[in-house]
Amino acid sequence: MAVMNLKVNGRTHPVDVDPATPLLYVLSDDLGLRGPKFGCGLGQCGSCAVMVNGRVIRSCVTAVRSMAGSEITTLEGLGTIEKPHPIQKAFIDEQAMQCGFCINGIILTAKVFLDRNPKASDAEIKQAMSGVLCRCGANARIIRAIKRYAEEVKA
Amino acid sequence: MKPLDTLKAMSPDALGALESAGISRRKFIKGSGALIISFSMGGLASPPGAAPGQAVPPDFNGPGSGQLDSWIAIGADGSVTAYTGKCELGQGLYTAQTQLIAEELSVPFDRVKLIQCDTALTPDQGTTSGAQSHPANFNRNNLALAGATAREALLERASTRFGVPVDQLTARDGVIGVTTDTSKKAGYGELAGGRAFGVALNRGARRKDPGEWTILGKPVPRVEIPAIATGQFEYVHNVRLPGMLHGQVVRPPAVGARVVGVDEGSVRGLPGVVKVVVKNNFVGVVAEKPWQAIQAAHKLKVDWTQGATLPDQRDFYDWLRNQKPARDTFAVNSNDVDAKLASAAKIVKATYHYPYQMHGSLGTSCAVAEVQGDKATVWSATQAVYPLKNTVAKVLGLRPENVRVRFRMGAGCYGINGADTVSYDAALLSQAVGKPVRVQLTRKDEMAWENFGVAYVIDQRVGLDAGGSIIAWDHESWSPTLGGRPGANNPGNVVTGFLAGFEPAAFAARTPAPDPTNFSNGSNAVPSYVTGCVGKRCGGTGKVPSQRVLIHNVPSPFWTGPLRSPARLQNTFAHESFMDEIAALVKTDPVDYRLRHLSDPRLIEVVKAAAKSANWEARPSPRPGIRRTGVAAGRGLSCVLYEGDNGYCAMVAEVEVNQDWGAVVVKHLVIANDSGPISNPDGLRNQLEGGALHGVSRTLLEEVTWDDQKITSVDWLTYRTPFVGANVPKIDTVLIQRSEGEAMGAGETAVTVVAAAIANAIFDATGARIRQVPFTPERVKGALDART
Ligand code: FES
Ligand code: FES
Repeated sequence: MAVMNLKVNGRTHPVDVDPATPLLYVLSDDLGLRGPKFGCGLGQCGSCAVMVNGRVIRSCVTAVRSMAGSEITTLEGLGTIEKPHPIQKAFIDEQAMQCGFCINGIILTAKVFLDRNPKASDAEIKQAMSGVLCRCGANARIIRAIKRYAEEVKA
Repeated sequence: MKPLDTLKAMSPDALGALESAGISRRKFIKGSGALIISFSMGGLASPPGAAPGQAVPPDFNGPGSGQLDSWIAIGADGSVTAYTGKCELGQGLYTAQTQLIAEELSVPFDRVKLIQCDTALTPDQGTTSGAQSHPANFNRNNLALAGATAREALLERASTRFGVPVDQLTARDGVIGVTTDTSKKAGYGELAGGRAFGVALNRGARRKDPGEWTILGKPVPRVEIPAIATGQFEYVHNVRLPGMLHGQVVRPPAVGARVVGVDEGSVRGLPGVVKVVVKNNFVGVVAEKPWQAIQAAHKLKVDWTQGATLPDQRDFYDWLRNQKPARDTFAVNSNDVDAKLASAAKIVKATYHYPYQMHGSLGTSCAVAEVQGDKATVWSATQAVYPLKNTVAKVLGLRPENVRVRFRMGAGCYGINGADTVSYDAALLSQAVGKPVRVQLTRKDEMAWENFGVAYVIDQRVGLDAGGSIIAWDHESWSPTLGGRPGANNPGNVVTGFLAGFEPAAFAARTPAPDPTNFSNGSNAVPSYVTGCVGKRCGGTGKVPSQRVLIHNVPSPFWTGPLRSPARLQNTFAHESFMDEIAALVKTDPVDYRLRHLSDPRLIEVVKAAAKSANWEARPSPRPGIRRTGVAAGRGLSCVLYEGDNGYCAMVAEVEVNQDWGAVVVKHLVIANDSGPISNPDGLRNQLEGGALHGVSRTLLEEVTWDDQKITSVDWLTYRTPFVGANVPKIDTVLIQRSEGEAMGAGETAVTVVAAAIANAIFDATGARIRQVPFTPERVKGALDART
């Protein structure tokens, strides 16, 4: 165990953990965050995605020790129920989910990609979303919500 | 117990709702006698759980309650709290039920708090599954009847207070006013707030006509979605209790392996390890933190016996058809099939194969249990809170009344995923350490040990007359079974209960099958095109009078259980593919050919609606002028009346087949659906779209695999499903509003028809027939190469 400082959603949290612990467990258990989720623990589904220094990573396969000095943003860090981030709002407006378990990884993956590639084509968006899973078959709506956000970033 | 503030973000929370209702449910229970606790059925002629005409096993929907106070409470401030035993699983039911109560009570949507699936608070409505929630709660029974009864009770009270007859009163926005004197009005809080109604559900209470609806029938956005989209929602995975520990289970390395010994010393001294727990063949570790538990579970040395030798997957379908003795059932048998076939101008035969598939929830199953002495509380994403209460009691050796199960939503389950089994895991580990324990399964443990949707072999045979019409239909199927839903008494129906020492429900062989005494659709084993006559009653939707449907169940080497459209999907794949094969053989348009054999007007209507919306071109399949190479396009149709009485659906699929290597791309799906009155059109669309895409995944990709010892499809590389970025077909839905009909299920209709619609479209495009799911490129290529 070792104490380290973790900067999450703009606040610094001292945590006392085994440095080899995957970041996901620290976020969801030590810090009680609800955005990142355990789906596979193998880097295959995207449920555990978080933003680190503006990039998306899979927190289930990322040791917390590599996070020293990094800025971590989770789904909670984007917006709130009262003031959702535009991409969160797009998902709410399109009712783009069923169980919603996949939505964390989908929103963060799409947001980071579109913010960096505001002119992305549909094919490029699909390519960017080719590593995240939804098992409820909400894909049609999810793609609609992503495109809605894409229109906003373009504008 | 969680502090209230952390629960605020989650809409469906019991405590918050109780608070806002301004009353304590417990006090309320005391104040109104033993109504709630006993869930008395007094006052109703028939059990409120069963919708008329629904063939549902007696305990499936639970006893419900005949007492209004079990369902609805009015707060002093006029707020409405409703209680339901049917839960939100991502299908939109929480919102639809809230709409229902707001509508029947004439109050604004946001004044209703719905409390769902908590054995200490809500009526026992059995299991939320089988597309039974709408039939159970939106017809003239249960929650809907409670809403109507409450409105009438409030009107009665207002009538007494104002001394005017009820027909001179109107209820709006939670206020009852006298139509002839606008100065006279009273809010619900004044009329009934904080007090028990003390009346039974009234069978005669008038439900609002869909024509009067202002809240039900509208696309009200789902209540949970803002919290989910912003990472605030409390899934079962997010339940955290003070002093909570973390458990991991150690499952056997092979099917049938048993514990020989556990070397506790192998994890002694590892950081955070609290205890190694062994009960028969159940093995688990408890630690302070999740990562510590995972590492300890990896390091724990367990000696296991050699497992069973599994049937070779390459010959599995032959193995299946040769298992003896089987449990044999006739769904229908007109006893003249052999004679009719002998007299037929032509006989057509085909055999269809369907693999084991898994629920494969995106989040692995998770539960939190707190067992203290002789009392236990379990937070679970189970579909069956009440049955689970009984089986958790059994597993722990406690009295059922000392167990409370509190539903929290999990990842979409599509049937019995690992939610029940992991509830036992958490309960056993918590009991062993006397502290709350959270368990979330690994991806491999989830996938290797869940109750799979069953494999099928289906033989089809029909006799045709000289004009090409079907005169006799002969259907025979084989499918494997082991365990299933635990129900109230069989924890051994899922892996943890079995490992902990409980046997699965016994397999009762029966051969030969007795003659059927009642018509049973047999999970759509009965094709849509036969009359379904048994004795004097005809329950079918078609015209073919000569019919035999023989079902063989055999013991399964793997756990099995209901997976979205259980057996209905497999049977419908075989029926609707076969119907297309026959139509092609007699060179008739497949839509016309179906209509020729159907009698049910609603089934006919969805078929026509789907065809029309898809601009269906009437002609036989395959399409004329097929070239043997390159990309070919085609369309196919398929239809069903789900389980014979629970939702009509027809689908047209348009596909492209790359004939050079066998890849199939689904371009367009048109779905026409009739499930009675529509509670929430956007929710319905979401279910149909989701069912359709789930169906595409199952049709093209999904198959459980194994070697001689164990399941080998244990992650998303070995069990495939499309990524979000994969090709998504355009989906059009045609919703048929059947205001005068009974509410039927809609969660499983679309998924049922996908496989055949795609198979038929592939045939239309290429002239190649695929009779085995999944339609992998190799299999499609094989069928293309086999074309003559
Ligand atoms: S949980 Fe991290 S990728 Fe699946
Ligand atoms: S909405 Fe359930 S996994 Fe995507």
